[in-house]
Amino acid sequence: MGARAGLLLILPAAAILAAGFVYPVLLLARISLNRTTDIGAMEEAVTLETFEQLVGDAFTWDLAWNTATLAAGSALAATALALPVALLIRAAPPRWRGLLSLMAVAPLLVSGTARVVGWLAILGDNGVVNATLMGLGLTDDPVRMINNWTGVRIGLTESLMPYACLVLIAGLGRLDPRLEEAAATLGATRSRTFLRVTLPLAAPALLAAFLLTFVLGVSAFVTPRLMGGGRVFVIATEIFDLALESVNWPAAAALAMLLLGALAVALVLRAVLVREAAR
Amino acid sequence: MRPGWVLRLAAMAGYALLLAPALVVAVISFSAGDFLTFPPPGLSTRWYAALFSNGELMTALRNSAVLALLVASIALLAGIPAAYAIARLRFPGRDTIATLLVAPLLLPSLVLGLALLLALQPLKLAATWPGLVLAHSMVALPFAVRIMTTAFGAVPRDVEEAAWTLGATPFRAALRVTLPIAAPGALAAGALCFLVSFDETVISLFLVGPRLSTLPVEMFRYAETRTDPLVAALAMALIAVALVVVLLVERLVGFTRAMGRE
Repeated sequence: MGARAGLLLILPAAAILAAGFVYPVLLLARISLNRTTDIGAMEEAVTLETFEQLVGDAFTWDLAWNTATLAAGSALAATALALPVALLIRAAPPRWRGLLSLMAVAPLLVSGTARVVGWLAILGDNGVVNATLMGLGLTDDPVRMINNWTGVRIGLTESLMPYACLVLIAGLGRLDPRLEEAAATLGATRSRTFLRVTLPLAAPALLAAFLLTFVLGVSAFVTPRLMGGGRVFVIATEIFDLALESVNWPAAAALAMLLLGALAVALVLRAVLVREAAR
Repeated sequence: MRPGWVLRLAAMAGYALLLAPALVVAVISFSAGDFLTFPPPGLSTRWYAALFSNGELMTALRNSAVLALLVASIALLAGIPAAYAIARLRFPGRDTIATLLVAPLLLPSLVLGLALLLALQPLKLAATWPGLVLAHSMVALPFAVRIMTTAFGAVPRDVEEAAWTLGATPFRAALRVTLPIAAPGALAAGALCFLVSFDETVISLFLVGPRLSTLPVEMFRYAETRTDPLVAALAMALIAVALVVVLLVERLVGFTRAMGRE
């Protein structure tokens, strides 16, 4: 079977991709160059007006700052919390490793919406945490942990953790445990071995985990929307509102293009950093 | 080195955070109360009864199941030949197409959903079956291609060449020899594509309408507006489907490995 057969076999997949991916994404780029008239209708044009309006609007910068800090904080927390999980899996006897790894990535099988519902029950005014705090007399009124940034940060951290675990389990699995054993034999304490041997060796994997979860966090929608109760605004929720509530397609498309641009920069940065760290 | 108690404690905290929401949802779905309180005031199956007697949600469940079956079939029908070509044949543009086939996974679903809305709305395909099937097939296809490329790669070329020597045409050899050996991979790919479609939330949010909606979208909207345990029962129904599919994949992929060792 030669070149013609190969192209023929690819054809159905290529057709789905062309109609469902390439055309829509190109159209998205095209529509971002259109103009919105004063009455809110879309007008065919080739102009950067929409981008200029977005970049000139302080609200866009607030959104960008909110999105970046939320993603960075949650990615950092997710990576830090995933590290002990991955270290435990690495040190566990082989027959336990499968089960422990499965438990670490199991949340990926549960839809984001379902996990938010769980968090609402844990962090809500009548939730476990507030019941405990009030039961202990630490606070008289429930601490607000949902429908605000706190809830979004906690929910997003948890939803990013399985990805951090995946990267760290793979990355740490390659490290030679004899290096740490050698450090222990030479008299280093556990904390010293961790700080001076394990952590430096794990640095490339930690960086990879942080950058992956950061990129995922920047474009997360379900958690900010549901945990934020409509009171937390990030770029993803704004794109959604622009497209479906204000029905301002050029603005939604332009903001999406800006998001893609930022993600592209982050991905390039990630490739460079991971390569540097691997050296 | 055996893990010390600090590491064990920290790892336990990590696991607690990872598993807490899903476990809480599981318990609350059996709540007898009216709100998302944990621990629940009592246990009952009333919210499951409420779920199964909710016409809108049951319609959405049927829609999601039909959609996922269609998407899994289409992703396999398009993905298997493509994967075979990528794994076995040389032709111009092969690497480009192989890269392009996984490209949808690189873009955030939010952006894909918006792009599809902008493309399908003017064609009157938003909130229609063809629109949803196209959108979900596009997202599921990379998974099908990726798994099947690996599955075909694991089939020794000798087997195929033996069939050629015995007089089979390359097409017949691929269909009657290579494909059956890679069949467990195809089932695993189909199951995964089913799940990708069945659980898809964000892209669907852009593409559903009052006449056609999916279960994850209905669950999202329910969680957005109301806080009773019905949504927990709904979440459990989705988890149950996911679990069945994952166990199936695990068995089949385990089966594939066993075949590889023989």
